[in-house]
Amino acid sequence: MIDLVAGIVILIGALFSLIAGIGLFRLPDIFVRMHAATKAGTLGAGLVLLAIAVDSQDIGVVTRAIAGLVFLLLTAPVAAHLLGRAAYLSQAELWSETSIDELAGKYDADGRRLAGTPASRLQSGTDDNANPG
Amino acid sequence: MEEFGARFLDGSIIFAYGAMIISFALTVFRLLRGPTPSDRVVALDMLALLGIGFIGLFSISTGEYAFLDVAIALALVGFLATVAFARYVYKRALDEHHKHPPVDPGDGA
Repeated sequence: MIDLVAGIVILIGALFSLIAGIGLFRLPDIFVRMHAATKAGTLGAGLVLLAIAVDSQDIGVVTRAIAGLVFLLLTAPVAAHLLGRAAYLSQAELWSETSIDELAGKYDADGRRLAGTPASRLQSGTDDNANPG
Repeated sequence: MEEFGARFLDGSIIFAYGAMIISFALTVFRLLRGPTPSDRVVALDMLALLGIGFIGLFSISTGEYAFLDVAIALALVGFLATVAFARYVYKRALDEHHKHPPVDPGDGA
């Protein structure tokens, strides 16, 4: 019975890994590719770790597998966020059929912060005296 | 039932190896081809994830659970590598900007 559950979890994980690979191969631009690779890829690797936790019946192995899964779920979104931001700021080309680019024009020219962010929020209030009123 | 479960697990492990190898090949294609550096970094991130998956499959098919530690380390180190590459892409974009600043039409001052 446990073998059956572990096998099903492995199958689902493998399918997600395959979908992530196909998405990375076929999708049109960097942001859509990241959508496939980071979500489906993380789920694929995570489900394999979950299958180990289900199958092993050893508390040490279960703990390590769950720890690996937690680390994966903690770190993958952070890396994906940083990478997406870097890609956007390096003016990665958007797909020709992209309908909404909500960040268009929102970044300052040098790309360090969102346009319109008061400088005081970044530099602990030193700019407040510079332009009174 | 027990025997069917064990055979099902073996079959699904073999299927999963096949699926991950195909995914690996597609990812390596993107790594080699990727038009921008960001594409290559995404492919590297995906390769680390696939490595974790392979390690998991190997340890479940051989019962050699010591490899799980490698998977945990790979999850943490792969994250650091991706963050470092993202910083590299970002810095390069900033340098490009300072060398060739785009004309800013909204600058009325």
